[in-house]
Amino acid sequence: MIQDEDFKVSRRGVLLGGVATTAIASTLSPTSSAQTSLPQVEPVSLRFTVNGQSRELMLDTRVTLLDALREHLDLTGTKKGCDHGQCGACTVIVNGQRINSCLSLAVMHEGDEVTTIEGLGTPENMHPMQAAFVKHDGYQCGYCTPGQICSAVSVLEEIKAGIPSHVTEDITAEVGMTNDEMRERMSGNICRCGAYSNILDAMSEVAGEIA
Amino acid sequence: MRPFTYERATSPADAVSKAAGRRNVKFIAGGTNLLDLMKLEIETPTHLIDISGTGLDQIEPTEDGGLRIGALVSNTALAADPRIRRDYGVLSRALVAGASGQLRNKATTGGNLLQRTRCPYFYDTNMACNKREPNSGCAAIGGFSRQLGVVGTSNACIATHPSDMAVAMRVLDAVVETQMPDGATRSIPIAEFYELPGGAPYIETVLEPAEMITAVTLPKPIGGKHIYRKVRDRASYAFAIVSVAAVLQPDGSGRFACGGLAPQPWRVEAAEQLLPQGASAAAQRLLRDAQPTEGNRYKLKLAERTLAAVLAEARS
Repeated sequence: MIQDEDFKVSRRGVLLGGVATTAIASTLSPTSSAQTSLPQVEPVSLRFTVNGQSRELMLDTRVTLLDALREHLDLTGTKKGCDHGQCGACTVIVNGQRINSCLSLAVMHEGDEVTTIEGLGTPENMHPMQAAFVKHDGYQCGYCTPGQICSAVSVLEEIKAGIPSHVTEDITAEVGMTNDEMRERMSGNICRCGAYSNILDAMSEVAGEIA
Repeated sequence: MRPFTYERATSPADAVSKAAGRRNVKFIAGGTNLLDLMKLEIETPTHLIDISGTGLDQIEPTEDGGLRIGALVSNTALAADPRIRRDYGVLSRALVAGASGQLRNKATTGGNLLQRTRCPYFYDTNMACNKREPNSGCAAIGGFSRQLGVVGTSNACIATHPSDMAVAMRVLDAVVETQMPDGATRSIPIAEFYELPGGAPYIETVLEPAEMITAVTLPKPIGGKHIYRKVRDRASYAFAIVSVAAVLQPDGSGRFACGGLAPQPWRVEAAEQLLPQGASAAAQRLLRDAQPTEGNRYKLKLAERTLAAVLAEARS
C-alpha cells in the first residue's frame, strides 16, 4: 500500500480541482461564443462582517453569497445543494434572519452581518443547537446539517418573536413553541436521509431550554 | 449566469432615473425569483439596479384608514405585522402559506407581485414557450398540464400566476403605487395590474419600462372572516394547485378570489353575488369561461370543493 504524501488525495482536493475546471470552462465560454452584446464587468468591492470578522472582497457581480463564503472565504461549512432555493442546504443567518445564500448576490450584502455554521460554535464550544443535533443524531450523511442548524436556530427565534406560520391556529394570538410549528417552519430544509424526527427532537430540547 | 453590471440606487427617484432609457435592465430587491431565473438564463438582464437601499420598507397608515405597504417590506415582516394580522388576516394567511421561511425573509411585497410563473415549460429552456421566447409556441398545451391554468388562458399560454399574496391582495382591492422616470406616479388597482396572456404572454403587467413599484396600498379594513385555503401536492412549501382567498360577512355575503387557476388572481364579482346560494353556484360562475385541458379539468371541481370548505369554515 502506498503511503507516500504525494499520493494522498483528499476529498476536498478533488472537489477543488473540479471547481477550478468549471471556473475555467465558464471563463472561456463567453469568448468562444463571441457574444458582443455582453457588458464588460469590473469586479465590485464588498465589505461585510462574517462570523464577527470584517471581510473585504473584490467580486464578479454574479457571485452569490454562497459562493463568496465557500470559494472566496473558504468557509465550506455552508453547503450548495440545489443552488435554486429549494433545498435549504445553503441557509445562513444575515442580520439575524435566515436566508438562502444561493439566491442572494454577494455584492448586495455590503455592511451586512453574516453568521454561518462556523460562526455559531466550534467543535470545542458548540452552540446549544449543534450540541443537541449531536446528542439526538439529527443527521445521517450530514450534508444538509449546516443549513438545518442555521434554520433551526432561526426558527426558534421566529417563534419567540411571534411571527405566525401556516399552522398557527390564531394569528392574532401568541405563537406557541410546538412541534407542529417547528415542523412547518423547517419545510424549506430538505434532508434526503430523512433525519427529520431526530432534528425535531434536537430542536424541542433547545426550545425547552430557552422557553 | 450571463454577465451584468450592477449599481445601487439610493431612492426611488434615483432608481427610476438610472433605469430610464436603458434596455435589458432590471430592478433587484430580494432577488429570490430573479436570480433563480438568471441562473437558468431565462432572465438575462445586462444591468441590475439594486433597490434594496431605497428605504421603501415601512408599513404606514393612510389618511383614509388603510395601510400603505412599502414595496421592500419582506413577506415575513408583512405577515407578522400586528395590523395586518388583526385587520387583513387573509393577507397574513396567504403570505405564510407561500414559499419557505428563508424565502419569505428575503422576498419583498413588490417582487412577490412580479414573480414569474412556475410553469415547467417556461423553466425548461429546451421547450417551446411563448412567454420566455415570443412566438416559439407553447409546449404546455398538449403537454403535462395538471398544474396549469384553466381560465383566462389563451391559445398561446396556459401558465398560472404563482403568488399566494397577490390573491389576497386582489380580494382586499389593493392598489399598486408606482413611480416613473419623469417623476410621475401611478396608482393602479390590482384588478387592472395584470395583463391576460392573449397572443403576447410575455407581457404580464401594465408596468412601463423603468416604472418601479413603490408601495401597495390597502383600503380601510372591511371586517368579516378572513380565510386563505390552499390545496397543494404536499402540506408545506409548494405552489398552489388551487387556492381560495375569502373575506366573508356574517350575512353570507362576501368576496373571494382564486389562485392556481389563471394567469392572475382570479376574481369575478358576479360570482361573489352568488355566494349566499353556496359554493357550487359561485364556483360555476367564477369558472364560466374556463377552457381546461384534459390534464387539469379536475381543477374545476377542486375549486368548487375548496370554496365549499372555505364557506363551511366561515360558518363554523
